[in-house]
Amino acid sequence: MDLPCGTFQENYAQDMAFIRTKTQWGILAAFLILLFTFPLFLSDTLLSIAIVIGITVISVHGLNILTGYCGQISLGHAAFMAVGGYVSAILCAKLGWSFFTALPCAALSAGLVGLIFGLPSLRIKGFYLIMATVAAQFIVIWVILQLYSVTGGPNGLPVPRPEIGGMVLKSKASYFYLVMIFAILATIMAKNLVRTRVGRAFIAIRDNDLAAEVMGINVFRYKLLAFFIGCVFAGVAGSLLVHYITYAFPAQFPFLDSVWYLGMLIAGGMGSISGGIFGVIALKLLDYAVTLAGPAASDIFPALSGPAGAALGLFIRGLVIILFVIYEPRGLIHRWELIKAYFRLWPFSR
Amino acid sequence: MAFFLQLVVTGFAQGMVYALVALGFVIVLKCSKAFNVAQGQFVMIGGYLGYTFLGMLHLPVWFSLIIAIALAIIMGLVVERLLLRPMVGKPVLAIIMVTMGLATLLDAFAVFFWESQYLTYHGLLPTINLRVGEISVPPETIIGIMVSIVAVAMLMIFFRYTRIGLAMRSTAEDEQVVQVAGIKVTTVYAVSWAIAWVVGIIGGILLGGQGGVTIQMENVGLKVFAVVLLGGMDSVEGAVVAGIMLGMLENIAAGYLDPLLPAGGLATVFPFIVMIIVLIFKPYGLFGLKRIERI
Repeated sequence: MDLPCGTFQENYAQDMAFIRTKTQWGILAAFLILLFTFPLFLSDTLLSIAIVIGITVISVHGLNILTGYCGQISLGHAAFMAVGGYVSAILCAKLGWSFFTALPCAALSAGLVGLIFGLPSLRIKGFYLIMATVAAQFIVIWVILQLYSVTGGPNGLPVPRPEIGGMVLKSKASYFYLVMIFAILATIMAKNLVRTRVGRAFIAIRDNDLAAEVMGINVFRYKLLAFFIGCVFAGVAGSLLVHYITYAFPAQFPFLDSVWYLGMLIAGGMGSISGGIFGVIALKLLDYAVTLAGPAASDIFPALSGPAGAALGLFIRGLVIILFVIYEPRGLIHRWELIKAYFRLWPFSR
Repeated sequence: MAFFLQLVVTGFAQGMVYALVALGFVIVLKCSKAFNVAQGQFVMIGGYLGYTFLGMLHLPVWFSLIIAIALAIIMGLVVERLLLRPMVGKPVLAIIMVTMGLATLLDAFAVFFWESQYLTYHGLLPTINLRVGEISVPPETIIGIMVSIVAVAMLMIFFRYTRIGLAMRSTAEDEQVVQVAGIKVTTVYAVSWAIAWVVGIIGGILLGGQGGVTIQMENVGLKVFAVVLLGGMDSVEGAVVAGIMLGMLENIAAGYLDPLLPAGGLATVFPFIVMIIVLIFKPYGLFGLKRIERI
């Protein structure tokens, strides 16, 4: 651990605590204050990016538990988000449920669909399992298109914004608070989960599933549990996304997003909850920078206007994934730890 | 009956191209243990190259084919050297992510050079008209079948009778032993990637001639996954058989079931349904080697 010199764990509670020193409490308080005053000074665009980052963080936590901790690579995470989003959308728009009763149903149904597509993990792993999750992505979206009498097919389904005690969360600022509360809860849950018995079982399965089985871990049950938990996170994220856009349509959950979530995990650092957050923030901001850079570049070089701008975005995405995997396979979190260690050990660091 | 046979014939032609493309995927997987997600993008780039050479520049077919293959070989070597060489010995997921990055880069190329438009070059590939009874064979498909059969046969001969083919087969068996025997494994990797590109590009030109090119053509890559799973990941013959099977099944299923479904479009998900069924009941495919693991 990277605690400063002279910090001793004197009882079990201290040993388990996330936050041990006064400096850490100070940083946390400052961060929370900053986070919850964002709507006061961020522009409208930046605020919507912050909301999307919050939603993506929840989703990527799920993927991190499934892929980073349990080692079951999923390339269908956007589809599991779609399940959550659509269930919540249908319950709210068609049946008039409130957001907060629809959310658990959405999360649960996403988890159950994840469970179904996790079933092949009993017999297969690696490449084969990736294929099963790719299949999930396309089958789920196809089923949504087939049920157009309920889901609206390609045209989508209008969804109301959530309501708390008669107050509709119409403004971006109010929705930002909702998303951030969920994101923080998800982070705490994920961080706690991975150090329980379940989380340690996941890690054992990731590192060597045969050895884990010999140690008495019911591999299949825990793999399914990882699928369920990962997809519950995805379902919550999907539901939040749909209610934010106030519209549910299949193009919201493309295959490319599933790939990109995995890319975020890799850029941030797999198998680390903070790594997931780092990755989401870094790559979402990169996306935003690309959308800014596209028009700016086309002002300077007229050749870059039109489709070239779109190509630039894709090009940078591809390049980022490749460069991270080749040159920084342990992700941003590793670099961050190195920087922290540098300052902690200063002046003895080199 | 005529409808059924029509579907079978079209399916066979499509399946032959799937088989060809799947071969490229299997060769890379066998030789360099890289799971190549970008195979569909090779096909898409092939289609666009076909349009550029045939539809835009009006080059003769044989000449455009030679340039396309030369380009494919160069791309294969470059991609292997720049992206895959640093990944030797890295975990599976890392290699998958690199090929995924490659896929995104190729998408960017398609958007940049061809603006991801729908382009066609109908009737520019040589056509043969054929009618058997009530079944008319679409003119481009015959040439597609012929080219695919020739390419598959050439690859088979290449593996069986050439020195480098032998080296590739033995690399698939055991990398370390091959190195001890004095074979350069990096050469084998490079050749396997070049082959993957060449079959991808040829497949793309053929499919593009039949139905036009869009950026959606990369979804052929996803069908190829299903083909490979059905055939068994590490089986060259399996890829060919499964490719033909899947092409036919897909056409038959779409032909008969699409009118019954509320929104149709079964052909796009059919490979995935096959995939899930294969994964649950016969995870190592029809011809795949069953792996037994030890700690």
